Amino acid sequence: MADAILNPGDAIDEAAYGPRKRGAGRWVVLAILTLLLLLVLFPFFLALSNSIKSTVDYAANGPLSLPTSVDFTALKKFWDVADFGRKLLNSAIISLVVAVFGVLISLLNAYAIGIGKVRGSRVILVVLLIGIMVPQESIVYPLYYMAKATGLYDTQLSVIIIFAVLQSAFGTYLLSSVLGSFPKEIIEAAEMDGANRWQILWQVVVPVLRPSLMVVGTFFFIWTWNEFLIPLVMLVSNNNQTVSVAMGLTRGQNMSDPTLQAAASLLGMAPTLIFFLIFQRTLTRGVVVGAVK
Amino acid sequence: MATPSGASTEDKRSYYLYLIPGAIGFIAIVLLPQIANFALSFTAWKGVGTPRFVGLQNYEKLLTDGQFWGSMSHTLLFVISMTIIPVVLGLVLAALLFDYIRDEFGETVSSLFRAAFYLPQILPITAAGVLWGWIFNPVGVVNIILRAPGLDGLAQNWLGDATYALPAVSLVIVWIQVGYCLVVFMAGLSRIDPALYEAAELDGAGWWQRLVTITIPLLAPEIFVVVLTTLIAALKVFAPIFVLTAGGPDNATLVPSYLTYYHFFTTQRVGYAASIAVVQTILTIGLAVIFLRFQSSQAGKE
Repeated sequence: MADAILNPGDAIDEAAYGPRKRGAGRWVVLAILTLLLLLVLFPFFLALSNSIKSTVDYAANGPLSLPTSVDFTALKKFWDVADFGRKLLNSAIISLVVAVFGVLISLLNAYAIGIGKVRGSRVILVVLLIGIMVPQESIVYPLYYMAKATGLYDTQLSVIIIFAVLQSAFGTYLLSSVLGSFPKEIIEAAEMDGANRWQILWQVVVPVLRPSLMVVGTFFFIWTWNEFLIPLVMLVSNNNQTVSVAMGLTRGQNMSDPTLQAAASLLGMAPTLIFFLIFQRTLTRGVVVGAVK
Repeated sequence: MATPSGASTEDKRSYYLYLIPGAIGFIAIVLLPQIANFALSFTAWKGVGTPRFVGLQNYEKLLTDGQFWGSMSHTLLFVISMTIIPVVLGLVLAALLFDYIRDEFGETVSSLFRAAFYLPQILPITAAGVLWGWIFNPVGVVNIILRAPGLDGLAQNWLGDATYALPAVSLVIVWIQVGYCLVVFMAGLSRIDPALYEAAELDGAGWWQRLVTITIPLLAPEIFVVVLTTLIAALKVFAPIFVLTAGGPDNATLVPSYLTYYHFFTTQRVGYAASIAVVQTILTIGLAVIFLRFQSSQAGKE
């Protein structure tokens, strides 16, 4: 507290502070954080190193040693046993279609709320958000029953419809706030030019909004990819299941071979890890909205 | 859909047309099922035939159902691993990365740390569950590490022993949740004026003092958001339990969502399961209302 009397702007103080601040302390902090980081990443390392290990190597050296040679037997075996290529395709199709239709519904809703400023906008947004925050357990049985009644049970279409609607509730919330601050003059100018509402949406609003639409679509894709309960209930046959569901069901299967289990987890994590590396900046921006699901 | 040009205030109503697809979807997928579930909670039903109205019987049964109360008490324990530990760890890490590592080693190093801590958050929980199930296996990595220096006594059947299953699952949840808190807090820190830190530093305030007197008070909105969202998430824990323990051993890790799933699809006591889901929904709506009130009061301030 004695330092408080020093003049903050004084260059001499800066010089006096410099070396003290840049002491050994910074390396200690860096070392502690790095240790924590390695701890967090250690499971990923284990999955990788053991999935490319031969069973003989594992039996001799255990899970902690590096593989003596790269062996794809376990990865290939799990890929074949789980029909993993099919699971990847299912997840990709479902997530992509949900992203497209989810964004489309969000866009239409947000156009009415953000630009049209229809009466009751606030109530609509609150209802949408609460509807989405409640546990999926509270809608899953009626949805399951409805799907059976309409013949949509065990079809990817059932999951696509459900998630396009659920995700669009979030998208509406996000895009409405973006569109709420859309410059009115641009809309008015387009109206003067004789454009109707439908044309204004597609020719004026969408081009400006494109980056936000891409961000929202990216969220929808990864959120849908990771969904578990509803796909688990809806998609019973092996051919329709997603990566997330297939992973959830591996526990019940006989997986006495440890390298096979490591391979399973690696394959289950790999697509989202790759997706994350590509879209890291986008995905870390959406964390708060994503977490209320 | 097309409306005549030059339209402004008088046909503002035509904007409602754009809400139709979303409204139909929301009513069919969220609203009606929610109402149906509520109605089912007053019935006894096996999933076939006509549900039989039983009034409040399901709720009366809940009051004395040990499995239900067990699952609720586990939810309270999961608040520790979903909310308390990740928030505290996230705060310390965010502050260290933001006003220490970033200043000393640059933006790139601090972003790398942030991305790596966030990684577990983006995985399918079931895939992470397969990995941790393998790590916690009786002959898995944790026990191998413990046995190496001769600590055989500490080796356990982590997920298969009622004493250790809940702490083991909690550890996995902390691993998943820290990154979320960290990223939100770091985003919040970026709106704090760096001059405040510089002034405090010149006043001789140490790192810890700055954390307590500047960072935490200024991050209050983010802390509130994170606490509420993680509390809501704690009420809904399902996938990690499904993959790691299936609620066992001996109900030691049973949670409401798993109990609901179990009664809906295994015992087929649909009405009873619906009543548990209603309790979860009411608790969630309570938290959600607090969250939304707060959000709008924040929006009002800006």
